[in-house]
Amino acid sequence: MRTLRYLIEKEFKQIRRDRFLPRIIFMIPLLQLLILPFAANFEMRNINLGVIDLDHSVYSQRLIDKVLSSGYFRLTDVSSSYEEGLSAIEDDRADILLEIPADFEKNLSTLSISANAINGTKGGLGSAYLSSIIQSFNTEIGNIMSVPTGPTITSTYLYNPHLNYKNYMVPGIIVFLLSIIGGALSALNIVSEKEKGTIEQINVTPVPKVVFLLSKLIPFWVIGLVLLTLGSLIAWLVYGLAPVGSFATIYLFAAIYLIAFTGLGLTISAVSSTQSQAMFTAFFFLIIFALMSGLFTPINSMPEWAQKVTLFNPIRYFIDVMRMVYLKGSHFADLTHYFFIVCLFAIGFNALAIIAYRKR
Amino acid sequence: MNGVHIQNISKKYGSVTALQTISLNIGDGELFGLIGPDGAGKTTLFRILTTLLLPDSGSASVCGLDIIKDLKEIRMRVGYMPGRFSLYQDLTVEENLSFFASVFNTTIADNYELVRDIYVQIEPFKHRRAGKLSGGMKQKLALCCALIHRPDVLFLDEPTTGVDPVSRVEFWDMLDKLKRQGITILVSTPYMDEASRCDRIALLMRSGVCLSVDTPEGIRRSFNKPLYAVRAKNMYPLLEELRNYEGTLSCYAFGDSHHLTLKSYKKDIIHLQSYLKEKGFTNVTIESIEAGIEDCFINEM
Repeated sequence: MRTLRYLIEKEFKQIRRDRFLPRIIFMIPLLQLLILPFAANFEMRNINLGVIDLDHSVYSQRLIDKVLSSGYFRLTDVSSSYEEGLSAIEDDRADILLEIPADFEKNLSTLSISANAINGTKGGLGSAYLSSIIQSFNTEIGNIMSVPTGPTITSTYLYNPHLNYKNYMVPGIIVFLLSIIGGALSALNIVSEKEKGTIEQINVTPVPKVVFLLSKLIPFWVIGLVLLTLGSLIAWLVYGLAPVGSFATIYLFAAIYLIAFTGLGLTISAVSSTQSQAMFTAFFFLIIFALMSGLFTPINSMPEWAQKVTLFNPIRYFIDVMRMVYLKGSHFADLTHYFFIVCLFAIGFNALAIIAYRKR
Repeated sequence: MNGVHIQNISKKYGSVTALQTISLNIGDGELFGLIGPDGAGKTTLFRILTTLLLPDSGSASVCGLDIIKDLKEIRMRVGYMPGRFSLYQDLTVEENLSFFASVFNTTIADNYELVRDIYVQIEPFKHRRAGKLSGGMKQKLALCCALIHRPDVLFLDEPTTGVDPVSRVEFWDMLDKLKRQGITILVSTPYMDEASRCDRIALLMRSGVCLSVDTPEGIRRSFNKPLYAVRAKNMYPLLEELRNYEGTLSCYAFGDSHHLTLKSYKKDIIHLQSYLKEKGFTNVTIESIEAGIEDCFINEM
């Protein structure tokens, strides 16, 4: 135990003295937390709208006004035929076309929407926004004309009433930061001792390998929890976001989750002999884990095989947990299933690390 | 008790042979040198003896402890200084030393008198980071760190490679002092001139074959042919001409002269004088010399 203390003391000394490491550990995550939630905003604004108004009636004018007043669209093209409108899309002057047929006011006949789907998100969201505006326009008209328009649909967004993207990006980004610290930095740190040859000098001392490896993992476990604290603080100060549920649940999950990721880092360090190898392997896993975590795209919209793959992605579970605790206020009792899975990852990755190190 | 016994140790890396059935017996308190060029398996042998590497076959013991079964005890009792500087460059001199003392469950104060002579030389820089020390200073610090737990056997892998000549002499003086304290020292070096400072040496050849084991004096005496140092004004053409000469057995460039052995020296030496004159060499001197370790080494290869 005394040896472990000396080793950890040495580790912190080295991290503190490194010109680069403290910055990469604290500055970069915090910057990410300040920049990413704004950049990764999926709300679409300023969609260029082309209008083909063949009716030129009061109703068509009212519809166009309603669309523009929503704030999502700006009118960039007015054409007198569909072909003309299409050329506006080709020239990139319009992202989406709204065609109002000549007998719109008289018969309330069918409108048509055409969207440029080169940017799928923009096309999809744009036509969805437009449809919902038209839908509500229909209701208004129906009321005036006292024509029954069938049942109307209203939706309420539970737990995140304003559909604020930041509210569910921020907890996810915190999870990603913990994964980098636990997985990549711990791997790089051990491999750097291999590269510099210092591990050789340690190996001839009576320090058991387990103690040496623990001395590498514990600092990153501690740093991970400190970062979690800092991240939560930023979430609260900058985004006004505090968990509806309890911090205790979050820290308990984070503690186990970090053990899982340091285990992954350890495995990577066992199979790599240079820092660039370790870096590459760590990033391979982290990028796949991140893209398939549900942080950017919902898992439910992935193809079925991809959804199965995400079952092996630890980031996915912790992001779910963070979002549930932060937004929904889930209690530990609601999350025991997740807790069990995160524990399994911790055991699995560390078992892998032990096997990888035994082989050497 | 503190000897090192090596029996038929072999080691291969894939198809490359690093050591071929090496057997050595190093006595208690001996200063033993492993002399050989790069690639002779010196580092491999050290790594096997310090329990960092398993041999393919053969057995060895350090301080009477088996290198495979008793690795934990061996690690408590040996000091190892790898050929490459492997202390923590971002820790200071003092921190490195106290770190290695503490992982061996001891303190600098406990063993200070053992390292004092060496440590006083680097003590003025004790707050400097190890990475910022000069080459000679680094070696001294590494030696201190290898000694701080008072080992019975010290393994030094090319401790003087890349160190200036003055520091090299100083370093060997330190080894003499340690030897007097009863520590068995196994040291490797590619420098033949350092061999004479060892009690006994083993000549290793490329691909890990041991050529001979003897005292430096004994090895020199085993050189049983007369040896001549030949000099002339144009040294390079001289080497070619000497090699072309029919009576030549071997000829190698050695610093400021060429070392020459002849097939039948009594007859050829007189003939050689006139041969060289005929070829137009001026200021020719031929003198009989004693063989050095390097001559023996080249001869045995």
